[in-house]
Amino acid sequence: MPTVETHAISSELIREVAFELNRRAAIGIPKDVGDSIADMAERETQKLSKFVLLEIVNNYKVAVDEQRPMCADTGLPRFYAKIGNDAALEGGFVALERSVRQGTADATERVPLRPNRVHPITRHDYNNNVGIHAPTVDYSWEPDVDWIELTSFHKGGLFGGDYRMLFPTDGIDGIKRFFLDVISEFFKRGLSCQPAIVGIGIGGTKDTCVRLAKEAACLRVVGDRNPDPEIGKLEEELNELGRRTSLGPMGFKGEGAVMDTHIEVAYTHTGGMPISIHHQCFALRRATARIHTDGQVEYRENPDWFTDYYRRDSIA
Amino acid sequence: MSGTADLEMKEHHLTTPATPEDLAKLELGDVVYFDGVIFTGRIGLYKKLFDEKAPPPVDIASLTNVTFHCSPAVGRNEAGDWEVAAVTATASFRFEKHLPLLMDGYDIRCVIGKGGMAQEFYEKHFKRLGAVFLNTVGYGIGAQYGRGITGVKDVYWIDELGIAQAMWVFEVKNFGPFLVECDARGNSLYQMALAETNVELGKLYEGLPLPTLKRMGEVHNPEDEVF
Repeated sequence: MPTVETHAISSELIREVAFELNRRAAIGIPKDVGDSIADMAERETQKLSKFVLLEIVNNYKVAVDEQRPMCADTGLPRFYAKIGNDAALEGGFVALERSVRQGTADATERVPLRPNRVHPITRHDYNNNVGIHAPTVDYSWEPDVDWIELTSFHKGGLFGGDYRMLFPTDGIDGIKRFFLDVISEFFKRGLSCQPAIVGIGIGGTKDTCVRLAKEAACLRVVGDRNPDPEIGKLEEELNELGRRTSLGPMGFKGEGAVMDTHIEVAYTHTGGMPISIHHQCFALRRATARIHTDGQVEYRENPDWFTDYYRRDSIA
Repeated sequence: MSGTADLEMKEHHLTTPATPEDLAKLELGDVVYFDGVIFTGRIGLYKKLFDEKAPPPVDIASLTNVTFHCSPAVGRNEAGDWEVAAVTATASFRFEKHLPLLMDGYDIRCVIGKGGMAQEFYEKHFKRLGAVFLNTVGYGIGAQYGRGITGVKDVYWIDELGIAQAMWVFEVKNFGPFLVECDARGNSLYQMALAETNVELGKLYEGLPLPTLKRMGEVHNPEDEVF
């Protein structure tokens, strides 16, 4: 239909926005995280941990003042795309994917980002953060709107994640133990680069479970609670458990280093309770933009990834 | 052993190459800044030097005695020169195999990295050489470190290894802060820190049963480390 053609979001605009999102993600700390770390720095009583937190706060400022990436491990840039059901894209989704690849290569050269992405066996590096299945684009759909939202996220990649098949008999205690296990694995010596947001996926299949943990860590803001009161309560209990580990920034003794815990669930096999945990470091590189059909671009603090529709449990 | 609360956290400004006297002065938890020259190295460089036994592209020992486990976010400015925006450490424990070869072969006495190394490794190599291990802070405060890099003196093997694994030689000024993790006597700040945090961690596991399904090679004692 011709009307769709004339109001489609252009692939050139998506390329520009993809570049700008990568730039913003690399340099500026999202407000929720910046406030959370500043608050932790103020409350911390242990000398070493306080020193580290104050240096982190200072680094956020240096990054913005001098327009430098806050962390040189600019991670693996990836995209989350929330697509309005009534949105139209010039050239369709193939054009969108080409545009975000180009925007990522542009940003690698011009921000600059570190070209982190290599072939896993040969270690070949195109020096542009693009390659096979890279950057990934994950999609969600939003009913009754005609805009799209793009979120760029730069994920560090080596530490701070784990998966395990638990069973209904393991129960809430099993979740708590696994939460402590992953902290024991990765908060010691600061391998997670904590303070961290802990994302937890429970249920689904293995791949859904791991995906939800990562999205929970990366795409919900500090202070956000799961709308299910039971899950929200568990998030708060785990926050308290994290504090009581006394493992602070870099693994030094402190008032804890869990910025927040975010849990997402998916219906799962009747026999199992798979769980995945994901630590997102304090150099949280995230930026979101809503692109309207008329070409207007609106940068947003909150990715609002977990919409009512995304978490729906009904047929409709 | 006294605790981390008793550390003085004195500040030191060293010029490269750091002298044995400079290094002997450093105590656990002290804060160090460098002026001079440092070079980067990680697995790409180590494989080239020590597995492939390629001749070093430059006389490393004459450059400096400070190395950094990292790679930069770097681009070219309008004049076409490299300009480092930020630099952040990568976890050092993976380099146990090659690091002694670097330290012995090229007189390296300061290693900057992430997470420190095992106590036995410090005793075997750092104590013997009077060398120190310095941790970056955070570990993600790359903008501050980027500010301390005033120029790229040279970069080697960039075509073969790529930007992330190449050997970068940086000119630095007021480059820091770094925390003394292993002093020239082989003592480790993390050994002190782990003794403190393991007390609380152990208590939290009480009453939480082991998972129904075990896994091969699994660690169950919360005081154990995974590397």
